[in-house]
Amino acid sequence: MSNNSKNGWSTPAALAIPKEGYFKKEDGRYGPLFPKTPANYGFTIICKVKPGRAEIIRNHGNTIQKAITESPSFLAPLKLHYLRWVLFDGDTRFMYQGIFDTDFDKYTEDAVDLFSLSGLTTVFENLEGFPEDWKTNKEAFVKFVRDHQCPSFLEYGEYPYVSSDEIKKALKLKDAFSEMLDQMQ
Amino acid sequence: MLELEDIQHYLLTRPHATIAQYNFITFRSAEAGRNWVNALSDLVGTAKTVMAANETDMRWVSLAFTFNGLRKLGLDEDSLATFPEPFKQGMAARAQMLGDTGPNHPDNWEDKITSEDLHAVVILFARDKAERERCIKQHDEYLKKNPGVEILSSLLIEAVPPLEYVHEHFGYRDRITTPVIEGMGIEATPGSHAPSKPGEFFLGYPDDEGVIPMQPQPEILSKNGSFLGYRKIREHVGAFRDFLKANGKTHEEQELVAAKIMGRWRKTGAPLVLCPEKDDRELGFDNMRNNNFDYEKMDPHGYACPVTSHIRRMNVRDTKVSRIMNRRLIIRRGGTYGPYLPDDAPDDGANRGIAVFGGCTNLARQFEFLISVWANDPEFMELNERDPFAGSIDGPFEMTIPKRPIKKKLKGLNAFTTVTGGAYFFLPGIKGLKYLASLK
Repeated sequence: MSNNSKNGWSTPAALAIPKEGYFKKEDGRYGPLFPKTPANYGFTIICKVKPGRAEIIRNHGNTIQKAITESPSFLAPLKLHYLRWVLFDGDTRFMYQGIFDTDFDKYTEDAVDLFSLSGLTTVFENLEGFPEDWKTNKEAFVKFVRDHQCPSFLEYGEYPYVSSDEIKKALKLKDAFSEMLDQMQ
Repeated sequence: MLELEDIQHYLLTRPHATIAQYNFITFRSAEAGRNWVNALSDLVGTAKTVMAANETDMRWVSLAFTFNGLRKLGLDEDSLATFPEPFKQGMAARAQMLGDTGPNHPDNWEDKITSEDLHAVVILFARDKAERERCIKQHDEYLKKNPGVEILSSLLIEAVPPLEYVHEHFGYRDRITTPVIEGMGIEATPGSHAPSKPGEFFLGYPDDEGVIPMQPQPEILSKNGSFLGYRKIREHVGAFRDFLKANGKTHEEQELVAAKIMGRWRKTGAPLVLCPEKDDRELGFDNMRNNNFDYEKMDPHGYACPVTSHIRRMNVRDTKVSRIMNRRLIIRRGGTYGPYLPDDAPDDGANRGIAVFGGCTNLARQFEFLISVWANDPEFMELNERDPFAGSIDGPFEMTIPKRPIKKKLKGLNAFTTVTGGAYFFLPGIKGLKYLASLK
C-alpha cells in the first residue's frame, strides 16, 4: 500500500485491512510488519489482568502523568500522536493503544526501553503471561507485546497519513504568521 | 573488567597494519574444520598481546564463524537454538528488512558471500606487503596439508593513497569517531558518546542497562565473544566525481557539496556545524574539538550540516534520544579494497570500495537498526531519502540541502555506492575457539 493518499491530507481516507493485519507479508526485525494506514502506524495490545491487580494498574496513570509533566520530551523518540490506556470487562482486561509515525518494529527496543524507564513494566508485571525474566530477556518482552497485538481491520484518518511533526510544523507556522501580522499593525 | 587475555584483539585495538586479507572459508568436513580452528587459534592475537605488542609481534589473525559454520563444526542443535535470530538467518535472508533492494540485492552479491557453504572468515593482518605474502603463504600451505578446508573467496584490504590520512576511495577522512568502552583507560573526547558498558560489544558483561542479557549457550563459547555484521560496499568513484561536478562549478563549490553530503569536510574531517563555510584543517585534526558539537542547539534546521548527511543520519547527537543512541553503537573495523583511482583519472570501471565489519552484541538492536533505519529508512526526517553512502540507493540519488530562503536539491544521475556483499559472523573468545576445536 502506498504511504501517501492520492488526494493528500485534505481528503479523509479509510483502509480495510485483512485479518492478518497486513496486505503482503514482509518481515521486520522481529516479525511481520504492519502497514501504515490513513491513521498512521499503531498498535492495540489487549491482555488479561492478573486477579486483584487492576487497582495497581489504574494508579499507575498518575505515575505516568507525573513523569511526562517533569520531562515532556520523555517519549519523543517514538514519534507518537496518542496513547490510550483502558481497563475494561470489569477491570479484568487491559488495552494499550498507540498511534504514531514510526513503524513499531523499527523502534521496538526504544519502546521497550522507554516502557521500562517509565515504569510501564510495573503495569506489565500485573498482566498474565508477562515474562518474569524480561530484564535480561528482551526478546521475550518483544514476543509478549507481539503476541498480544490485535491488528485493526479498519482504520480511518480525517487528515490521512499526516505525521505529528507535520502537524507541529503547521501549528508553529500559524503562530509565526499571527505573530508577523501583529508586528505589522 | 574485560578479560583481555581471552578476547580476540579485533574490536579492541588496531595492530600496526596497513594491509589485511579476508579469506572466506568453507569446511568440507567437521573434523577438517576443527583441525583448522585448532591450528589457527594459537595464532589469534588476544587483546592483551596486541595492545602490548611491539612491531615484531605478528599474531594478528582473527577468526569468526557463520551460523552454518558453527553447525558444521558440530555444535549441538540445542546450543545453536540459543543464538539470536538474525545470526541464524544470515544477512541475505534479511535483505528486504535491511533495505538491500534493486542492484543492492543479495542476488548480486560477490565473493560467494551468500553461499550456504560459507562457514568462517579468517582476517590476516600485516604490517606491509612482504609480511602479507608470508602470512598468506603460510595459510595456503596449511590448507594444502588440510584439504578439507577451502577458501571460497578472498578480499585484499589495502590503504588508498595519499597515506598521510586514513580515507576511502571518495577521499573522505575516516576513523574520526569510535566508541569508547568503560574501564579501558581511554577517555571519550569532548562531544563523543559517553563510554559504553562492555556488554554493548562483548558477551557475558553488563550492558548499558546494567544487566547481563541472556547469552548463547554454552557460556564457554559465548563469553568474551561478539557478533560481526559484514558489509562490502562498492564505490563508484567516477559517478561520485561527476556528481560533485554537476552540483558545483568551482573546486571550492565541489568541496562544499562533498562536505554537505558527509557532514564533514572531505580531507580533514572538520565538522560543518563548526566550520560551515570553509574547511579548517587544524580543527579537523584536533580530537578535543572535532566531535564537540550538537545539532539541536547549534544547527537545528541543518543549514550547516544537512539533516540527511551521513554523519547526521548515523549519529543523531540529539539529547532527546541520546540515551537510546548509546544503544545503537557498533565498533567498525575494515578498510578499502580495489585499486586507487587518481584524482584526474577517468573511471576505469574497476571494482573498488570498502569492506567493513561492525562489531556488537545484539545484531538486531545495534547493527540492523543502523542499516534499516538510519541508513535506509526513507521516512527518516520525512525527506524520502536514504543515506548517501551507507544507504541502498536504487535509482538516481537526490538529497535535500537546507538553505535560506528555500531548500536546495542536489541531484545525481546515479547512486555512487552499491552494496555488494554482507554476512553475519560470530567472533568467539579464545576459550570459545578452543571449545569449537574440541567438539566431537
